[in-house]
Amino acid sequence: MVNEVAIRTEQLVRRYDDFTAVDHVDLEVTRGEIYGFLGPNGAGKTTTVRMLCTLVAPTSGTATIAGFDVGSQPGEVRLRIGAALQEAALDPKQTGRQLLRLQGLLYGLPKRAMAQRVDELGDLIDMRDALDRPIGTYSGGMKRRLDLVAALVHNPQVLFLDEPTTGLDPASRTTVWEEVRRLNDQLGMTIFMTTQYLEEADLLCDRVGIINDGRIVAEGTPEALKRSVGADVIVVRVDGDAAPLRPIVEGLAGVQSVEAHGDELVIATENGSAAISPVAVALNGCEVRVRDLTLRTPTLDDVFLDLTGSHIEREDQTQETDR
Amino acid sequence: MTVAPTTRADVVAPTTRADALRARPAGFLHDVAAIAGRALRGVPKDFEGVLPPVFIALFFFIVNVATFSDSAGAGFDYKAFQMPTAILLGVTGISRAPALVLDVQDGYLDRLLMTPIRRLAILLGHMVADIAVAVALTIPILAVGFAIGVRFETGVPGIVVFIGLAALWSLAFTGFGYAIALKTGNPAAVNSTFLLFFPFLFLTSSYVPRSQLSGWLDTVAAFNPVTYLLEGLRSLVMVGWEWDDIGKALLAIAVLGAISMSLCFTALRGRTRRG
Repeated sequence: MVNEVAIRTEQLVRRYDDFTAVDHVDLEVTRGEIYGFLGPNGAGKTTTVRMLCTLVAPTSGTATIAGFDVGSQPGEVRLRIGAALQEAALDPKQTGRQLLRLQGLLYGLPKRAMAQRVDELGDLIDMRDALDRPIGTYSGGMKRRLDLVAALVHNPQVLFLDEPTTGLDPASRTTVWEEVRRLNDQLGMTIFMTTQYLEEADLLCDRVGIINDGRIVAEGTPEALKRSVGADVIVVRVDGDAAPLRPIVEGLAGVQSVEAHGDELVIATENGSAAISPVAVALNGCEVRVRDLTLRTPTLDDVFLDLTGSHIEREDQTQETDR
Repeated sequence: MTVAPTTRADVVAPTTRADALRARPAGFLHDVAAIAGRALRGVPKDFEGVLPPVFIALFFFIVNVATFSDSAGAGFDYKAFQMPTAILLGVTGISRAPALVLDVQDGYLDRLLMTPIRRLAILLGHMVADIAVAVALTIPILAVGFAIGVRFETGVPGIVVFIGLAALWSLAFTGFGYAIALKTGNPAAVNSTFLLFFPFLFLTSSYVPRSQLSGWLDTVAAFNPVTYLLEGLRSLVMVGWEWDDIGKALLAIAVLGAISMSLCFTALRGRTRRG
């Protein structure tokens, strides 16, 4: 009987001394699903992936891939998974072709099939001509693409992608999204991907788990998660701290919840068109100057904000802010 | 005949070759050979790590022979006496451990660890490559020895055994390098592994026969495995088939190898456990 559950974790925990990186995580990912693991830096995404890929042993709890336990049956698990980790795991002194061939050798692929497979994978990432160059001469985007296909040499059942598009330019990011969708559509490959990009999780994933401080705080389809915040969101940006404005709008009709974060007030409402006028009028009378007031549908960031009281801050956003 | 171009659909849905692309354990020896092949391919790109020890070995060989040959006395073949010392200088500490450190740093070790390969095969593959490199490094040193008149009393079979002992010693010593590589992931620490050899090299009969060592140094030399290795190697060059000396040399290699490999495999277990 085919095991319909591709990935299952029960009370999965990983501790490093006193720090709990992953805290009693329960997951169930069905075969053929694209599951997004969304959370800020340090939330526990990568540690979870490393446990599922047999690179780190769980402190407690269990995890199975295609029915095989990562702790007691790591060899069976490794035959069924492929992974592209957060940093491209490549050997700069080998050529792309040598790296892919070695991958194939280690997965026991016949030599004849492997030669053809390497060429196909080179075509897949439009790098067939570059495969005979040392990897050290590749650009960052080329390394990422090679890293991705290195995970596909043996046609795995479950593909782990740890922040696959972090650091990529928008065009390369779109290409990766297309490939992920294609792998899932045409081969039925189960894909477990971590991301800090809300848009990525929203567009690509069948279901999303939101993780914060090692714990899963919400799980569901992107639509369902967004609906949980409300039908609409009104975002108010002010000069100064937005927290004092919270009580002013909290009591207004139609307002479901209000979160203040820095200079921003996020108001969840069932009917944004009806609620925006009372909000504007209420804020007009206060001393803080309102810079802008926006009505939009909720994003996964709103879900995260609603659940944790903070935004998901991406590394590149932080760096841009720092600059 | 026209060949249809490969499409993306062929790549992601290779139905006709699904079985050919099914992952399976490749077998332990196959894995060792695959890793050794990759390690050997990397050697020409790392000549800067391989050539200096050979240069140092040849330099000291020639200088020591020039300095001490006359004072060694008539009838004593100091060139033959120095040959094993030069070989040990050339092959000790030569390993692919620095490359393993780079694999740790580049994340490539993680990629290997996610394949079905046995952990042991990763280390053994590197060590097989190390033996091949050690054998290759003995050749220029032996060639210089032959050029200046060194002859083996045991003939060609003795040369083969001589090279084999040197390669085994090199392998036994590489365990320390891999242990440090896996424990620290620090290239500088790995490169300093050679310093471990200094006490082994100088607290023994490297430059004068053991009978000329002073009291305390002779006592220390008695506990130094290099002493027995040198005596075994020298017997092949200068005396003939002295099985007692060769046996002691093998035992010395085995003792050092047991210590270094224990450290090495403990470090490997530690790294894979902590991830």
